[in-house]
Amino acid sequence: MTLLALRSVSKSFRGLRAVRDVSFQVAEGAIVGLIGPNGAGKTTLFSLVAGALSPDAGEIAFAGRPIHGLHPHQVCAAGIGRTFQIVKPFAALTVRDNVVVGALLRTRSAADARRVADGILDQLDLGAKRHLPAGSLTLPERKRLEVARALATRPRLLLLDEVMAGLRPTECDEMVLLFRELNRSDGLTVLLIEHVMRAVMALAARIVVLHHGQVIAQGTPAEVVRDPAVLECYLGEEAEI
Amino acid sequence: MNRAGAALAVLAALLMALPALAGPYALSVATLILYFAYTGQAWNVMMGFAGQLSLGHALYVGVGGYAAGALFYHYGIGPWAGLWLAMLLCVALGAAIGFLAFRFGISGVYFALLTIASAEFTRIGFDHLGWLGGPGGMFLKVAQRDAWDLVNFRGPPVMYYYAILLFCVFAFALCFVLSKSKAGYYWQAIREDEDAARALGIDTFRWKMLAVMLSSAMTSVSGVFFAFYYNNLFPEQIFNISRSIEIILGPVIGGVGTLFGPVLGAALLTLLSEGITESLGAIGLDIPGVKQLFYGAVLLAIVMFLPGGLWPALSSRLRRAK
Repeated sequence: MTLLALRSVSKSFRGLRAVRDVSFQVAEGAIVGLIGPNGAGKTTLFSLVAGALSPDAGEIAFAGRPIHGLHPHQVCAAGIGRTFQIVKPFAALTVRDNVVVGALLRTRSAADARRVADGILDQLDLGAKRHLPAGSLTLPERKRLEVARALATRPRLLLLDEVMAGLRPTECDEMVLLFRELNRSDGLTVLLIEHVMRAVMALAARIVVLHHGQVIAQGTPAEVVRDPAVLECYLGEEAEI
Repeated sequence: MNRAGAALAVLAALLMALPALAGPYALSVATLILYFAYTGQAWNVMMGFAGQLSLGHALYVGVGGYAAGALFYHYGIGPWAGLWLAMLLCVALGAAIGFLAFRFGISGVYFALLTIASAEFTRIGFDHLGWLGGPGGMFLKVAQRDAWDLVNFRGPPVMYYYAILLFCVFAFALCFVLSKSKAGYYWQAIREDEDAARALGIDTFRWKMLAVMLSSAMTSVSGVFFAFYYNNLFPEQIFNISRSIEIILGPVIGGVGTLFGPVLGAALLTLLSEGITESLGAIGLDIPGVKQLFYGAVLLAIVMFLPGGLWPALSSRLRRAK
């Protein structure tokens, strides 16, 4: 079943056509990678799906229901969680309270939300830091906090915007394992923007390549890395995956 | 925890016993402190919790005071009924300002400007309302009474002291409960980062409206108290921007967004400024504007050395001492 479907989605900023006529689908339970060079329109596309921007043209459907034009909080309530590429922690709140804010969406009381938050923090290896202010975390920890907060809203689809950037290879592998586990056990669908090809290749069953706002290729990782157009604009001729 | 509880119990006992221990002057200073503590707490709901800076809270004090005052002055209706009208008007005003700002994306400094403007044009408007006394002011009938007339809220100073003490306790308890609730979490999230809050499913428009409406409702009570305690209302004074600044000085100096900050700030500021005025008066000096000068100096010192306010610094020191 198709969980997320984009049909001919376009978005311009004045003269700049950031996203042009983009169509692709994400099946329920899939992990799909979104790659492309800087400025290709990946984050704009995320903002369109998450409701932070509304498309100039085209349709976005989630679980069969149109979601373009909805506000971000409505998109989240519909079941889409997102992380921000430039992390946005609630700096003055504790790590735990950051996650509690997310968990309150689907819990009855603050006490329930705290329980949910503690479970997620342990999963993301942030349990020991739960009482520290989020502003004191290192960048890799803040990236994990972004993921924890988004997971706390119990999404069906998780949008990950470069959460592996700046992580050490071992940390990156741990993150990959976590998403695989969530995908397998909870059936979580994931759409991820990522430059760390090691992570994309390990996670994604399908990859969509964006360049100048357009989809130039999509398919399995093996197909995409051999695509001449992708090699030319993004991976480079001598890419070794 | 035990020590904090004990300290709180001592403070409560002291506040209860104060009228028996203090003279009329000390009682009036204590009443003033509690008045600012309460109003600061109300302002703190908007700024400290939800991060929406209001520099025009005198608007709600004034409208609240005039609403209940006019009902009493013209129709002899007591403040317990007038309070509801005051709240209703202030909530409507707060909702109107909030709607304008949040619907059209006016935030930060621009939002603060909108609050100042609202208080200012209300002040000018009230100057032209003859029914409410215009610039000449409205005076509630004063009668020196020793008996407590609770129905009409007329009585000796000690009655007003206990009334504002009760309001303070209520506001403090309300803020305590809110800070642990969904509303408290959501407001703080909005204060810290509104985009991230939205992405976590928070309808930020709705929650910001709620903060403004609750804060204005709480502040209207200050106005009703002011009207019946001082018995006179002048647009030029009650809506003045210096009154709005006075309201926020307590929480800013005590600690924005904390529960004890508004109380601590109000106590410190009122005691020191009264002390300065008194001691200057004792040596025969009457310098106009010395209070404002003093406020400026304290504010400068706090912003430079303790930008989070006194209470966060104090509480972390107390915790370390344990």
